[in-house]
Amino acid sequence: MGMTITQKILAHKAGKDRVATGEFVTVPVDLAACHDAAANVVMDTFEATGADRVFDPERVAMTMRAYVPARDPVVAQVHERMRRFARRYGIRHFFDYDGGPHGIEHVLYPAQGLIAAGDVFLNSDSHTPTAGAFGAFAPAMGWSDVGVGLALGTTWFRVPESIKVVVDGPLRPYVGGKDIVLTLIGTIGVAGATYQVLEWTGSTIRALPIEERMTICNMAVEAGAKSAIMEPDEVSQAYIASRGGRPGIVFRSDPDATYARTVSFRGDALEPVVAKPSLPDRVAPVSEVRGTKVTQVFIGTCTNGRLSDLRAAASILKGRKVARGVRLLVSPATRETYMQALKEGLVEVLMEAGATVSPASCGPCAALHSGVLGPDDVCVSTSNRNFPGRMGHPDSKVYLAGPYVAAAAAVAGAIVPPEEVAR
Amino acid sequence: MIVEGRIHVFGDNVTTDEIMPMHKAAATPAELAAYAMAGCDPDFPKKVKPGDVIVAGENFGAGSSRETAPLGLKGAGLGAIVAKSFARTFYRNCINQGLPILVCPDAVAAAKPGDVIRIDLESGRVDVAGRTFQAEPFPPFLLTIIRHGGNVGYARAVLAERARAAGA
Ligand code: SF4
Repeated sequence: MGMTITQKILAHKAGKDRVATGEFVTVPVDLAACHDAAANVVMDTFEATGADRVFDPERVAMTMRAYVPARDPVVAQVHERMRRFARRYGIRHFFDYDGGPHGIEHVLYPAQGLIAAGDVFLNSDSHTPTAGAFGAFAPAMGWSDVGVGLALGTTWFRVPESIKVVVDGPLRPYVGGKDIVLTLIGTIGVAGATYQVLEWTGSTIRALPIEERMTICNMAVEAGAKSAIMEPDEVSQAYIASRGGRPGIVFRSDPDATYARTVSFRGDALEPVVAKPSLPDRVAPVSEVRGTKVTQVFIGTCTNGRLSDLRAAASILKGRKVARGVRLLVSPATRETYMQALKEGLVEVLMEAGATVSPASCGPCAALHSGVLGPDDVCVSTSNRNFPGRMGHPDSKVYLAGPYVAAAAAVAGAIVPPEEVAR
Repeated sequence: MIVEGRIHVFGDNVTTDEIMPMHKAAATPAELAAYAMAGCDPDFPKKVKPGDVIVAGENFGAGSSRETAPLGLKGAGLGAIVAKSFARTFYRNCINQGLPILVCPDAVAAAKPGDVIRIDLESGRVDVAGRTFQAEPFPPFLLTIIRHGGNVGYARAVLAERARAAGA
């Protein structure tokens, strides 16, 4: 019987011919990483193991992105501790906001050439599956797992089953990766893929640029999945090569691989959607919630804070103004994203429209730093989670959407189909 | 190993945003306890007694992989969690922190707030309100980690084993 791409990666890493789903394996990791919101627990755990060095300083990465620039004395001390840790253990890929690259790891690490096809990527974050867009096994992981991984250079997994998600056909205007993944989550639910990997395939996926593929893989955990993955192809491998990354190992699923189930839908049947408050699977077409008034719009995050997202937003906002009473917040995912947006004139377009642009970071995504919502606020956010209290007060309401819908909501002051604003 | 305490009932899809607000992520484990379950019941840390048990519905611990969620619950004295199902990362984090976590839908259905629940972690036997249920047993690999008290203890054992092998 054949194996999925995920089984093949884990079998290869475990030094076995094959692995069965449900089996426990211990595998070496290609990159172990943490960010500033997880760093304290990661470093505490590492130190508690008694290890006197990290397994390989060349294969460890740390980034500042949640509380950037330092928000209060508590997180300033976390940042100081990270700097000491990076110096002491010779961490090769340490991304501080001191002039070099920094930002959200899910965008930053691929851009730094740190992710390769066939990798096992151990990172202290739920949205690690973003790297699945490059054919890496990149499960959502907790924090002490990374602390232990820093010491051992290995981690353990229960080999997961996979769900095959097939999307075929061309996309309509203003429909993108976010609408595809939200549609799936709305179909299978927030626990629809628990312990399983979402393996994305089909002509729609193959035709997507890498950034939209990353958006799709980003939201695996919002369907309860362990990870998401796509077969490497010319698009993903060309991106890695352009970033000076390793070629990695290209694994493909066997035609007779076994899946827990297959979910198929047509790309050309999709329309712009939102996830209504307060779960990511409360998905509805924009037409259904048309006219919902908003007070804040947030464009950014590891889901939709890339250059292509800022371009999409700017295409709607160019020459227009945000509606009165709407705060439009934009947070580029990385410093590089921000610089590129500046050079392309996107920042000017966004600010002319009325946007407040914050430093490269997670921004208001999880009420970590700024842009926090009050009880009466209604926000359209390009992020991945709209749980109660995620962006501030528990009574605030968050609608998740892609960059076109978000930008259109900022102009209209309400959720509307993007073409109504763009026309 | 036996856990025995009073039951606190929660519903389906309780997220880690509710179990532990993210803006407390930089706090120390001792400080976290005061915010355990803040998003569901701000008084929970005052109500919970050492050894008490959370009984919940489907997909408990959904969302963020923040490990401050199990750390805060453990810090508040919680003895175990029994649910119909758990979100994957949360389950793994609880094992890693040595917080016992069991899937037992029948026991959830029978549990009432304030009842006493008794759990035998080795066998998975759950007694609640005079009835006995069988939770899904831990897979052997996870039992190994639990026997080491969580993943730090497990890692120390692996490092010691490697040092022995290198010295031999
Ligand atoms: S942008 Fe939001 S979801 Fe993404 S890594 Fe940052 S806090 Fe997490």
